[in-house]
Amino acid sequence: MPDKSPATAMYQTPGAIFGRVVIYAILIIAAIYFLIPLFVMVITSIKTMADIRTGQLISWPREVTLDAWKEAWATACIGVKCAGIKGYFWNSVKMVIPSVAISTLVGAANGYVLSMWRFRGSDTFFSCLLLGCFIPFQVILLPMASTLGRLGIAQSIAGLVLVHVVYGLAFTTLFFRNFYVTIPADLVKAAKIDGAGFFRIFWKIILPVSTPIFVVSIIWQMTQIWNDFLFGVAFSGSDSQPVTVALNNLVNTSTGVVKYNVDMAAAIIAGLPTLCVYIVAGKYFLRGLTAGAVKG
Amino acid sequence: MSSLTISDVTKRFGSVEVLKGISLRIESGEFLVLVGPSGCGKSTLLNLIAGLETITSGEIKIGDRVVNNVRPKDRDIAMVFQSYALYPNMNVRQNIAFGLETRKVSKPQIQATIQRVAGMLQIHELLDRKPSQLSGGQRQRVAMGRALARDPAIFLFDEPLSNLDAKLRVEMRTEIKLLHKRIDTTIVYVTHDQIEAMTLADRIAIMKDGIIQQFDTPQAVYDNPANLFTAGFIGSPSMNFIPCQVTRPNTQTGVALDTGNGKSYFLPLERSGLELDAWVNHEVILGIRPEKISHGFVEQEASHHIHEIESTVEVLEPTGPDTLVFVHINATEVTCRVNPGHIKAPGETMKLMMDTSNALLFNPETGERI
Repeated sequence: MPDKSPATAMYQTPGAIFGRVVIYAILIIAAIYFLIPLFVMVITSIKTMADIRTGQLISWPREVTLDAWKEAWATACIGVKCAGIKGYFWNSVKMVIPSVAISTLVGAANGYVLSMWRFRGSDTFFSCLLLGCFIPFQVILLPMASTLGRLGIAQSIAGLVLVHVVYGLAFTTLFFRNFYVTIPADLVKAAKIDGAGFFRIFWKIILPVSTPIFVVSIIWQMTQIWNDFLFGVAFSGSDSQPVTVALNNLVNTSTGVVKYNVDMAAAIIAGLPTLCVYIVAGKYFLRGLTAGAVKG
Repeated sequence: MSSLTISDVTKRFGSVEVLKGISLRIESGEFLVLVGPSGCGKSTLLNLIAGLETITSGEIKIGDRVVNNVRPKDRDIAMVFQSYALYPNMNVRQNIAFGLETRKVSKPQIQATIQRVAGMLQIHELLDRKPSQLSGGQRQRVAMGRALARDPAIFLFDEPLSNLDAKLRVEMRTEIKLLHKRIDTTIVYVTHDQIEAMTLADRIAIMKDGIIQQFDTPQAVYDNPANLFTAGFIGSPSMNFIPCQVTRPNTQTGVALDTGNGKSYFLPLERSGLELDAWVNHEVILGIRPEKISHGFVEQEASHHIHEIESTVEVLEPTGPDTLVFVHINATEVTCRVNPGHIKAPGETMKLMMDTSNALLFNPETGERI
C-alpha cells in the first residue's frame, strides 16, 4: 500500500492495536479504582440500616430510600444537638464566600501592584510573601488564637474568615502576579497616557482579562477553605463550626448503633460543593493553570 | 502642535547611566526620528518625553511648558507602541474612546471623533471588532487611530512597524508620512531601522551609548556623517572603511591603496590642504560609499575626482538594479556597486572607478572626522 502514509500504516499493525488495548484497560482499571469509594458511599447512603447489616458492602440496595439523607441534613445528632449538619453546612457557606471573595480580590490587587507598579523592594516583598505558602498550618495555631482573641473575633465565623484570608493571600498573590507578568507592560503604559489612574486601569483593563486566573484562584481557595479541618476545629465556637468539623463530630457521636448510611450521606453533602465547582469550572481551571505557559 | 526642547537630560537606572546629557530641539510640526542600535537609550528617551519614566537631571519642554514633573496624562501627548497595546477586552470603538472617556469628553463629541479618525485611517468596518480579530496591519492602524483621537501636541511612536512583515512595513511607512503631511503635528519616532529613519524624518538624531552622535537632516547625515559610527550606521550597504596611510609624493596630498597582486595606487584627495598635511605619514580611515566605486561614471572624463584602480573580484551579490562586488583594498573587504552588465566573474581582475568627491577621512583612534 504505497499510498498510505507511514502513520496510518503503523496504526494498523497488530502491535499498535495491542498497545491501544493495554492503554485503555489500564485507564479503565484506574477509573474504577478511583470511583469505587464514591460508588460505595452513594449506594450505602440510599440503603436502609437493615440492608446494610445483612448485605454486602458493594451490593445493590434492596430498597432505595432517601431517609438517611434527610436525617443527615436535618435530624442527626451531633454532640447533644440533634439538628443534622444543615446549620454547619450554612456556617461553611458563610465562611467560604467572604474568605474566597476577599482573598481573591486582594490577591488580584497585590498581583497587579507587584507586576505592574513595581516599587523599590517589591521583589523582596514578593519573595517574603511566597514564604507564606510554605508555613504549615500547625505553626500559626497559637499566635493566631491569641490574635483573634485580642481582636474580639475568637470563636466566630468572622475570625475564621480572617484566618483563611490571611493564609490564602500568599497563594492568590502568587497566582495573580504570575498571570499579570505575562500581560504586556505596554498595555498599562498606553492606559496611563490615555489618562487612566491606578484603579481605572485595574477595573477597566486588567480585571476584564483576568477571568482564567480568577477561576483558578476561586477553585483553589474554595477547595482549600471548604475542606479545611484544622482551623475549623481550632478557631470555631460551638455555633460557628464548619461542616468538616460537624461531619467528624457526627461520625464520632455514638448513640448505640453506627448509622453508616447517615454518615455516608453527610460525607457526600460535605463534599458536594467542591465537586460541583470542579464540574462547572474545571475546564477553566486547566486553561488558567496553563495560561502564560504557552504564548498566544 | 508644539515644539519640543530637551536640555541636558540624563537618566540613571541605579548605577547605570543610560542617557548622558541629551540636548535637542525640534520645531512645531517637525518629524524627529531617534535611531540607533538596541540599548542606545532611544526608547528610554521616548519614555522620558512621555513621562513614563522620570528624568534624573535636565529639562524637557513641550511648547513653553517644562514637563519634568507633569504626569503622562497631562502632557498632551499620544503614543503608539510596538506591541500596539490595544486593550484586548474592548472593541476598536471602545479602544479609541477610552482615553476620551477618561478625560470626560461628552458622548456626542466622542462619537464624532471616532467617525473622524475612522475616516482618516479607513477603519470604519473594523469599529466593532475586538483586537484579536484584527490582522497586524489593522491593529497598527487602530493603535494610530487611538493616538489620533486625542489630537495631541506631540505624537510618540515606539518602533511601530517592527512587528509587521516587510511589505506591510513599507506601506505603513508611506502612510505614516502621508498622515504627518495631513495633520502636520510634531512627531517623535523611535526606530532601529535606518531606512525608516531616512525616509520619514525631517531630522534624525543618531544615538549610541546614551549620547546623540549626530542630529541633522537625513541628507546631511548621509553626506556629512560626524564620525565613524554615524557613517557606518546610515546607508545600506554601509560605507566602506579602508585603513590607509596619508602620503605626499609630489605637490598633492592623498592616500596609498594596495589592491593585492602587487598593485598599488596613489589616490589624491582634493582638500584645502592644511589639516590633511598634518596627517602625512600617519594612518587614517578612508570612508567611501559603495555607490562611489563602480565600473564607471557618466562624467568621469571631465572630473578629476575619479580615479581608476584594478582589483580581484571576490564575491558577487546581485540585488537587481545593481550588483554588489566585493574586492580587497588594503587587506579590507570593500563593497562596490556595479551595473550588472559590467561585472566580472569572481577571481577575475576588474577595473573600478573611485569617485573621491565625497570621500571622508576619519581619525582611527577617536573615530572623529578629519
